[in-house]
Amino acid sequence: MSIDKATAAKVAKLARIKVEDDALPALAEEFNMILGFIEQLNEVDVEGVKPMTSVTPQRLKRRVDQITDGDQQALVLSNAPDAREGFFAVPKVVE
Amino acid sequence: MLDLTYETPKPKIIAGATHDWELVIGMEVHAQIASNAKLFSGASTEFGNEPNSNVAFVDAAMPGMLPVINEFCIEQAVRTGLGLAAEINLWSAFDRKNYFYPDLPQGYQISQLYHPIVGEGEVMVDMEPGISRLVRIERIHIEQDAGKSIHDMDPNMSFVDLNRTGVALMEIVSQPDIRGPEEAAAYMVKLRQILRYLGTCDGNMQNGNLRADVNVSICLPGQYEKFIETNDFAHLGTRCEIKNMNSMRFIQAAIEVEARRQITIVEAGGEVNQETRLYDPDKGETRSMRSKEEAHDYRYFPDPDLLPLEIEQSWVEEIASSLPELPDEKKARFMKDFLLSDYDATVLTAELDSAAYFEAVANRRDGKLSANWVINELFGRLKKDDKDITQSPVTPYQLGGIIDLIEHGDINGKIAKDLFEIVYIQGGDPAKIVQDRGMKQLTDTSAIEAAVDKVILDNPDQVEKAKANPKLVGWFVGQVMKATGGKANPKAVNELIAFKLRL
Repeated sequence: MSIDKATAAKVAKLARIKVEDDALPALAEEFNMILGFIEQLNEVDVEGVKPMTSVTPQRLKRRVDQITDGDQQALVLSNAPDAREGFFAVPKVVE
Repeated sequence: MLDLTYETPKPKIIAGATHDWELVIGMEVHAQIASNAKLFSGASTEFGNEPNSNVAFVDAAMPGMLPVINEFCIEQAVRTGLGLAAEINLWSAFDRKNYFYPDLPQGYQISQLYHPIVGEGEVMVDMEPGISRLVRIERIHIEQDAGKSIHDMDPNMSFVDLNRTGVALMEIVSQPDIRGPEEAAAYMVKLRQILRYLGTCDGNMQNGNLRADVNVSICLPGQYEKFIETNDFAHLGTRCEIKNMNSMRFIQAAIEVEARRQITIVEAGGEVNQETRLYDPDKGETRSMRSKEEAHDYRYFPDPDLLPLEIEQSWVEEIASSLPELPDEKKARFMKDFLLSDYDATVLTAELDSAAYFEAVANRRDGKLSANWVINELFGRLKKDDKDITQSPVTPYQLGGIIDLIEHGDINGKIAKDLFEIVYIQGGDPAKIVQDRGMKQLTDTSAIEAAVDKVILDNPDQVEKAKANPKLVGWFVGQVMKATGGKANPKAVNELIAFKLRL
């Protein structure tokens, strides 16, 4: 599998990262190197081996169903470029 | 085992210009899990609070914040799976579904694409007595809800409230087993009923507690059977997904118009495009959400912040042992123990609170009589006041008291209705009210006889007429009832008048 300039542009767009047109070939090349490494990993025979999800044996940590957080509207909005009447205000998005 | 013998309903047929067409429908229902706190944070799930007040830094996706799962939400999903006779996966995992939208601060939704917590189950959808559609459930997974964008507060801005961001949802995915708009609505009704019985979702559709995406396609008669045989979707038409509907009425209407749209396209020689559409109830049409199409590259991958979710079989069994009696079982029991009709049992078991009320009334009383009073008098009266059963001013104990008075012959049906109204408005012990206000039925024949004699004596003209036309006896009964304040036993009055007039 090989990533061309158009695919690199699409990936950048989906990730909302602005990439100038003349930077795309180099980006595509980097993607191809990553994919090449993954292809190399794919050569390892992992038949019957369970995927490792953690280095040490751990169980997913759980919390109890209690309200312990929230009620901090001002703090939540404090980094917003624009906030009005308790809402985040963003440029109009309409379906 | 329950006796659940049933017939399958016929699929809905829509006549096109050249052919008859059938519908094939699958549904993805998003049900908000009933919990105090969110799926991965300790913020409240309460509806209607100040904007952005139910928000932890995890929900706002502040850098460095990590999700910690709410164990009760897992329990609720397992309980739902068990309630739908589904297989529970002891090993499941979370994935990220990536897309950008202002009400999704993380830039991805945590969901379960590859390994959902619940596998295949089923829902029995009742259409008419004895006619049901078995809808297979493909899977249920847990995911985060998004926030809410408000577009109409400012001409140039959208306003975002993250209170709903991160609230736990179950997505319940059905197989394409639903064969018409009515079945789709009935499926939602049944699913909602089961979820409410289980206590895993409030099912409040107006608040967006329960929303459905509906996949609709059309096919020629016979094609669906081939699909079922082979499980090959090539036998079916191309489907369109109608997004985000939160009313039974809209679901029905949207399916109907979408099916007709597809029929028109296909019959004109065109092809249906697989796409996401929105239903516009004002215009009565569905339209393409093209903007959504472009972004439909979600680049799912396992969420590196969350270990796989492993649960123990013993815990699942513990939850299973605490399941309540479910709607199908309760209805069957009501029909058997209280000798109710299918209709009465269906009405009384629609909501858990109604069923509990009825059982309290019918305990050691006549089931059919109790059902009539609960359904016709109580439900009717509550509806008039726009109240639900939990707001009933008449307790089951009081209604039971009224029924006892009827069963003992102390009051007749007419007086019972008056008594019910008194208890409804003023409260009090029915037996005492009857005693205090002298509402007891006259069973004393001599008192009734005196009243009958007086009416006959006072109305010689009517007597002559009645002799010629025995139907007029009803007039005499009315007069006697009036004279006795409605308290006479109507049967005794009828017999006495017939006897006295020698009819």
